[in-house]
Amino acid sequence: MKFAIQVNEGPYQHQASDSAYHFTKAALEKGHECFRVFFYHDGVLNGTRLTTPPQDDRNIVNNWVELAEKYDLDLVVCVAAAQRRGIVDEGEAERNGKDATNIAPRFRISGLGQLIEAAIQCDKLVVFGD
Amino acid sequence: MSDLHTVNKSPFEKNSLDTCLRLSKAGSSILLYEDGVYAALAGTAASGKIAGALADRKVYVLEPDYRARGLKSDRLIEGVEMVDYAGFVDLVESCDKVQAWV
Repeated sequence: MKFAIQVNEGPYQHQASDSAYHFTKAALEKGHECFRVFFYHDGVLNGTRLTTPPQDDRNIVNNWVELAEKYDLDLVVCVAAAQRRGIVDEGEAERNGKDATNIAPRFRISGLGQLIEAAIQCDKLVVFGD
Repeated sequence: MSDLHTVNKSPFEKNSLDTCLRLSKAGSSILLYEDGVYAALAGTAASGKIAGALADRKVYVLEPDYRARGLKSDRLIEGVEMVDYAGFVDLVESCDKVQAWV
C-alpha cells in the first residue's frame, strides 16, 4: 500500500514527529511504500541540520535522514512555513538574501501542491500533530 | 470497509475524544495514541465513554505510548485491544480512510 505522511509539529513541543517517524518506519519495514512525508507548520523544524540535541537524547532529524537514505524517502518541507521559521536551502537563501542555509540532507523545500499531490497519489494519508 | 479514527489527546485535557465518539459511525475503529491512551484506563471519569463505544465500534490503544506513560495492562478497559506500530500500520491499511481528531 502507498502511504503519505503529514507532520504538523516540531520535535520539542509535541510527540507527533516521533509518532510519525515510528509509523513511517513500521510501514516501510512491512514492505509498504511511502510516497512522501510532508512537513507543515512547526513540522518544518524536523528539517534543520543545525539542531544539536544532547548525545543521550533522540535526534529526530538524523532519524528522518537515515530512514530517507535507507528507503529513498521524499521529505518535503512547506516553503511558506519554512520561511517563517528560518528553514533555508540554497535557493531560498539566494531568493531572500540570507547568508546561510540549514536544510538537512535528504530534505527539500517545496510548496503545498506537494501535499495535495501526495494526497491524490497515495492510498492513505496519515496526519500527525494538531 | 470502515473508517479509522485516531485520538491523540487525553479526555481530561481536550474534548477530541467526545467529538470522535459523536461523529464516528458504528462499525468504525478508534485508535488511542499519544496522550489519548489515558482514555483506555478503567476506573476513571472517562471510562464510560470508551465502554459505550465498544458496543458498536472497535477500540485500540497504541502499546508503546501506553507503556511510556507507566500504565499497566491490568488497568486497560476490557475489550480495548493493544497494538504496536506495526498494528497501527495494519489498521490504516485495512480501513477505508483515516480521520485524525485533534
